[in-house]
Amino acid sequence: MSVEPHIHAENDPTPHRHPLRPDHDDRLTHHKAMEIALRELLIEKGVFTAADVRRQVEDMDSRTPAQGARVVAKAWSDPAFKKLLLTDGGEACVAAGLERGPYKLIVVENTPDTHNVIVCTLCSCYPRWLLGLPPDWYKSRAYRSRLVREPRAVLREFGTEVPDHVAVRVHDSTADMRYLVLPLRPAGTEGWDEQRLAALVTRDAMIGVSAPRAP
Amino acid sequence: MPADKAVEARFRTGDQVTVRESYPLGHVRTPFYARGKVGFIERLCGFYPNPEERAYGRSGLPKEPLYRVRFRQSDLWPNYAGAVGDTVDIEIYQHWLEART
Repeated sequence: MSVEPHIHAENDPTPHRHPLRPDHDDRLTHHKAMEIALRELLIEKGVFTAADVRRQVEDMDSRTPAQGARVVAKAWSDPAFKKLLLTDGGEACVAAGLERGPYKLIVVENTPDTHNVIVCTLCSCYPRWLLGLPPDWYKSRAYRSRLVREPRAVLREFGTEVPDHVAVRVHDSTADMRYLVLPLRPAGTEGWDEQRLAALVTRDAMIGVSAPRAP
Repeated sequence: MPADKAVEARFRTGDQVTVRESYPLGHVRTPFYARGKVGFIERLCGFYPNPEERAYGRSGLPKEPLYRVRFRQSDLWPNYAGAVGDTVDIEIYQHWLEART
């Protein structure tokens, strides 16, 4: 397509053309076609309705890292809850008024000697009921292949320098478990209530690629 | 086969195991980088239908023990550049594990 030359003179009121660019979403890939075909067949067969699909998407979109942050802040404030969270993550979710989740939850605790970080090298397993949808980088081939191979270099790219005397423990979520990192409670938060603490807990801190916000 | 029947767990926390060095086709959830490597059982996670069977519409029963196996990074990668204490924990089904001899 040819574009007529045009001038952007200051305060030039003359209408003019900009080059048309192709949309990024206009390619019907194999998997997109398969998804549409399967969804339409299931709707046609009455297995579910289009409204069910939309509700499910809405439900998924309504989950955010705020759920996970609530769990972490509660664990920082309540030693009995922390103990439960580390031994039975699902039970702890229920005790915190959240859903148990469709998978078994393993919570791994950061200590002065150990830094935990989560990856799924095979796909993108993620505790969605606590953190919402995973970020794009979590699903990228680069993160998935590099985190198990050179975790300290990857963490450095997130601005997280783990000293050599602290062990980096990578958790590859390959099967039926889902993982959440319990970060170290930031210094200077003595006496804070759960709500205030939860505001410091970021998604990235619960994946383990960074520390929580500083108070 | 009743759904609650499970294969008996052969390993306990702390046991040293070797991941089978096998490369079958199909929906396999044991990562390539762990095949043939030595680690130890961090915990038994529970009993789950075998995903390698379920992926093809079969039941995956009897349920299989699933473990978290901890590997030293230096055992996974010969030229690992991080600290000696660094590890990777991987979930692995029992039929992929052999007692280390």
